[in-house]
Amino acid sequence: MIGVVDYRAGNAPSVMFALARLGLDARLVAGAAELDAVDRIILPGVGAARATIDSLVETGMVDALRRRALVDGAPFLGICIGLQVLFERSEEGPAECLGWLPGEVRRFPDSVRVPQIGWNLVRATRDHALTTGLPAEPYCYFVNSYHAVPADPTAVLATTDYAGAFCSMVAHGNVAATQFHAEKSGEVGLRILRNFAAWDGA
Amino acid sequence: MLTKRLIACFDVIGGRVTKAVRFQDNIDVAPAEDLARSLYEDQIDEIVFYDITASAERRKIDLDTVRRVAEHVFVPFTVGGGIRDVDDMYEVLKAGAEKISVDSMAVRDPDIIRHGAEAFGRQCIVLSTQVQHVGIRDGIPSGYEVFIDGARTATGLDAIDWVRRGEELGAGEIVVNSIDRDGTGDGYELDITRAVADSVNVPVIASGGAGTVEHIADGLTAGGAQAAIISSMLYSPRLDRNPSVRELKGALIARGVPMRPWVD
Repeated sequence: MIGVVDYRAGNAPSVMFALARLGLDARLVAGAAELDAVDRIILPGVGAARATIDSLVETGMVDALRRRALVDGAPFLGICIGLQVLFERSEEGPAECLGWLPGEVRRFPDSVRVPQIGWNLVRATRDHALTTGLPAEPYCYFVNSYHAVPADPTAVLATTDYAGAFCSMVAHGNVAATQFHAEKSGEVGLRILRNFAAWDGA
Repeated sequence: MLTKRLIACFDVIGGRVTKAVRFQDNIDVAPAEDLARSLYEDQIDEIVFYDITASAERRKIDLDTVRRVAEHVFVPFTVGGGIRDVDDMYEVLKAGAEKISVDSMAVRDPDIIRHGAEAFGRQCIVLSTQVQHVGIRDGIPSGYEVFIDGARTATGLDAIDWVRRGEELGAGEIVVNSIDRDGTGDGYELDITRAVADSVNVPVIASGGAGTVEHIADGLTAGGAQAAIISSMLYSPRLDRNPSVRELKGALIARGVPMRPWVD
């Protein structure tokens, strides 16, 4: 059972529709206690880092997510803001984030249109269960004004070009995330979600 | 690199797609969910749907149709029409849309843009503008005026002033829809599209008038737009033939316009 973390600013409905299309068991998780009933977790997200963190704090999810993902080792997938909040801090707000991964989140420069909106090439930097079976040139749908700058380069799983290369996927142990919207990236994104559902977190 | 986007646009009445010319003479096309599903399979980049009578009838948007489309479409999906406040926006997002398009309501109450962007992020709020060429005059230095209520009501707002204001208030994308070209198949109004693209730093979407691949390519190059809205071409029963998305994108790529490649 996949738990999709639901909070007011999220895109949880789209993620649920995508998981339903794949025939995967999933439920929305709105409270900390419900997290114990699922064996893997998706943290979706649209909107602002600060609003996301505030929602997670108010619902008591910060400690629950940490316990399930970092102590119990449940496979975890962040999407968009769900990737950005994994780092220590974001320029957006600015906001203190979860700090599961070292690094910070920065805004794209004004030399490009911000937000970045559209389909862009995701280049995997290493083999991983999440990117198995993708086309040679996978394009995914991005909507972001900010991007993560991981302090540990080994956490990077893929990069994408917009005002230079930025980190578009991370994977560190059982914690992974996509900056693009996997649930809205057509068949490529659905494949990544299917890969996540089968991933043992290693 | 970031590719250009081809966006299919539907006007919906009672759950069914309808097609007008210059905002009049609507004819029935298909149920919204059926058309959305077939365009998704044809790998359209994005879908926009306007509940075109919601605002005039002062009723809430048709959430059932939003949900039925969202269930079958795994590309971004924008919804507009009849959205009055942040609570309405939240209902539409909960039904499965990613973005909210605001138009007439944003002219009447510009703060709706700011409130929406604060609640859901700038990327969620698309400012759609209906513009008409009226000539340069007092208060309209660009020569293009913004209209609302399905192009029926002049606002006295200059198109360029309005899109700049919209960007400041928090709009994450701007749609430039030419009233003069809407549904004509004569090509986008490139001058105003380019002028808007040069005036804001958020993505700009060309709309109104695309009838050929050349028109789309022009909108995405000379027009300076990051995305092109097409509708009649894809599904209007008034045309002898409706090209597929795959065919259109192939022709755009052949003309050097970067597009998301077909996935087998």
